[in-house]
Amino acid sequence: MTSTSKPEAVSIWFFVGVLLAFYGVVITGEGLYHLAYPPERPVVLAWLHADLWWGALLLLSGLFYCYHFAPRKAG
Amino acid sequence: MPGLPLIVAAAPPAERLFSLGVADLVIIAAYFAMVLAIGLYLKGQTQTGEDFFMAGREMTAWIAGLSFLSANLGSLELMGWAAASYQYGLLAVHWYWIGAIPAMLFLGVVMMPFYYISKTHSVPGYLQLRFGESSRALAAVSFAFMTVLMSGINMYSMALVMKVVLGWDINFSIWASSLTVAAYVALGGLRSAIFNEVLQFVLIWAGALLIPILGLYEAGGWAGLQARIAEQLGRTDFTHAWSTLGSFQDNPMGVHWTGIVFGLGWVISFGYWTTDFLVVQRVLAAKDLRAAKMAPIIGAAFKMMVPFIVIVPGLLGLALLPEKLVGEAEAVATGGHSYNEVLPLMLARYCGPGLLGLGITALIAGFMAGMAGNVSAFATVWTYDLYRAFIKPDADDAHYVAMGRWCTILGVMVSIGTAYLVMEFESIMDYVQALFSFFIAPLFGTVILGMLWKRATSAGGFWGLLTGTLSSIAMWAWVKLDPSALRYVALSPHAKDMAENLYRGLWSWIICVVVTVVVSLATRPKPDSELVGLVYGCTPIPSENDVALWRRPIFWAYAVAVVFVALNLYFW
Repeated sequence: MTSTSKPEAVSIWFFVGVLLAFYGVVITGEGLYHLAYPPERPVVLAWLHADLWWGALLLLSGLFYCYHFAPRKAG
Repeated sequence: MPGLPLIVAAAPPAERLFSLGVADLVIIAAYFAMVLAIGLYLKGQTQTGEDFFMAGREMTAWIAGLSFLSANLGSLELMGWAAASYQYGLLAVHWYWIGAIPAMLFLGVVMMPFYYISKTHSVPGYLQLRFGESSRALAAVSFAFMTVLMSGINMYSMALVMKVVLGWDINFSIWASSLTVAAYVALGGLRSAIFNEVLQFVLIWAGALLIPILGLYEAGGWAGLQARIAEQLGRTDFTHAWSTLGSFQDNPMGVHWTGIVFGLGWVISFGYWTTDFLVVQRVLAAKDLRAAKMAPIIGAAFKMMVPFIVIVPGLLGLALLPEKLVGEAEAVATGGHSYNEVLPLMLARYCGPGLLGLGITALIAGFMAGMAGNVSAFATVWTYDLYRAFIKPDADDAHYVAMGRWCTILGVMVSIGTAYLVMEFESIMDYVQALFSFFIAPLFGTVILGMLWKRATSAGGFWGLLTGTLSSIAMWAWVKLDPSALRYVALSPHAKDMAENLYRGLWSWIICVVVTVVVSLATRPKPDSELVGLVYGCTPIPSENDVALWRRPIFWAYAVAVVFVALNLYFW
């Protein structure tokens, strides 16, 4: 599912993967930090640790897209 | 109305809703860096006019389809419809379902072959091929004018939201976001705008999907949400889509099912999704006819799911937020929160540092992608349909690409000027919102007759479009000068603004069609040979008989239609 037919073109999905993976690292990192140091004013349903599993999901999705749509495979 | 973002946060309360941490700022900064990097990367691939204005016509069905949807999925629209669902309940879902899905499927299955086979670069360009220069000029001027104005209004509204939600300076928000958009669109043209719209689509879902997931968990699922709302309001009609539409007085929107079905579902929706060049341009960039037909169908499939991240959060706010949200004026007077803040409030309810930054990035991305859509469409219409058609017809391709780049920057600058103008005179927003709606319904009448009725003539197309537009303006002015005229225009004195828009669109479409038909029958038609590639009955449509059933666009259109009907029945 590359975005253009030019052999050298980088797929938009690769860019999406890079950003999602980066966001996954930052958000999971925040989640781990708050696991060790719970915030003074937690959000509603904080005990579900949404930042941990949502961050991990973003990271895994990002890595999949980075691998699957890496520039060497494009075209 | 599809594609028209609600104006939010007319006046900011004293305190911002929440503050951002380092992780949030890192996430926002990474987004800005990525969109600029994409623009810089794509500059090398954008050499010709076809590259800059039509993205090389190389987009896959998925890219074109997600971009087609994203161009409409602005952050103000998300916040505005979440607010509407808090205020009106599940009725707001009609703007995503019957107000979009049938039209998107119709575009893919019926209209795309003519747009695509004619190789037009724009909707005004199609009008020129079908009806001649006068119709093109009328459509192009109105579209170009309204597009930059809407872009400026959206820019101002978003800056105001950023001030209310985050405490950011309005000038900073306007200049930082608009200069970034100007840079990446001027560098990479439509291809850059489309790539960033796909990125925005993913970010919106990544940033907003947690709210309904966690909210429904807290509320006890859909049944729990319905029970809580019924308990809070003492009525059960807020979680039904159709059962209260039998009378104008029975629902909070003051609308009748005829207005929803014929005004919204037919004229306004079909007008917006099939003739507004802002969205149609994305599909014209598809790599082949099958991709062009599939793109709106893919967009429709995802459009059906958008209420999960827009309408459901609004209903969750109604059920779960401890405070009652009020109208904008009352919020300013009392220091409380308005309906328009329901989405940010729900974001702040569940999202801590990091996730909050992702949610805010989704809002910013939505705004920037919407603005990029406006300026890229403006650049194309200005360069091809006005500059090349009427000012400088003989220049080479490089000249038009340069004009497109400068025009992009000029469009952003005019938008910024409009934003500051609106800052001084906020009432302009009401007028421009109405102005935008004047052109949509009649334009649909002109285009659909042009595509499906070969007897329609150039004079019929032009006079139908002109009288349809003028009649819409006249009806709007009539109600402004004499509010009691609402009973004639909207069929009820109880009709609200939204209902008035729907019926005004319906009347102006009917007037456009009648005038087009009458004038066409009185004037000489074009010979069939001049209508090949433009009109049904004169255009050979490539057969799909040799394609597997599951690869045919019509198969997927039926699949989406079945789900659409099922959803409406379930939430009746």
